[in-house]
Amino acid sequence: MIGWSIALAGGVLIGLAATLLLWLNGRVAGVSGILNGVIFPRRADIAWRAAFLLGLIVAGGFYMALVPGAALPRTDYSRAGLLVAGVLVGFGTRMGNGCTSGHGVCGLGRLSLRSLVAVLTFMATAIVTTFVLRHLWSAT
Amino acid sequence: MKRLTLAALASGALFGTGLAMSGMTDPRRVLGFLDLFGDFDPTLLFVLGGAVVTTAVSFRFVLRRGNPVLADTFHLSNLRRIDRRLVTGAAIFGIGWGIAGYCPGPVLAGLGIASREALWFVPAMLIGMLVHRIVNRS
Repeated sequence: MIGWSIALAGGVLIGLAATLLLWLNGRVAGVSGILNGVIFPRRADIAWRAAFLLGLIVAGGFYMALVPGAALPRTDYSRAGLLVAGVLVGFGTRMGNGCTSGHGVCGLGRLSLRSLVAVLTFMATAIVTTFVLRHLWSAT
Repeated sequence: MKRLTLAALASGALFGTGLAMSGMTDPRRVLGFLDLFGDFDPTLLFVLGGAVVTTAVSFRFVLRRGNPVLADTFHLSNLRRIDRRLVTGAAIFGIGWGIAGYCPGPVLAGLGIASREALWFVPAMLIGMLVHRIVNRS
């Protein structure tokens, strides 16, 4: 179980990571946007994007593999649920130009009203969706 | 390796470490937060709070510089309009997030330990991005 102080420290690390990328590279640490730029490259700026994602995947993986008590992903969610959710997340983050990191961590940090609207919107639909699936649908 | 690439690698590594440390790599923690009417888990609030307070302070100093250390300009979105596209897109993302509890960062980190769920989710997410690209082109 991860206590609130470790969660807060992890959040600060995420904020520092975003700071580093903006300070050194002048880029916003929005994961969906960075990923999109790797799959559909526009200019010659694939390298930094690929490097960021590689760092995220490898360091995240190492932490989970090596640190005792780390939060491991679930393993038993339905395949159909994962596929539907994945498509919606991919489509929605592109249409809305950002996800939890781009609009949440970076956009809110810039005090962007646009990002605040995005964050409140996806928080609201996520809460409603969870409510419907867990409390109304939950015949399962 | 170019300095820009190395800097991005370091930032990504820090980001991934933060995600795993904060517990966001486990979608049950995320859904526990989103489920206000169940067994509420406030963890996500601490994570987002810690991250946003950090960027809200640091970005002020960073953006006061005329340009980033290793590049010519800051690449910031200059979009200001709050339009239907933004709200609809965010709403769709939220529904997907609420179904399985994964947003892009944590699910990519899951690839690092070959999480079964990430191996299904990530390709579907890429398909969603592709579909958006195709729909937007026509």
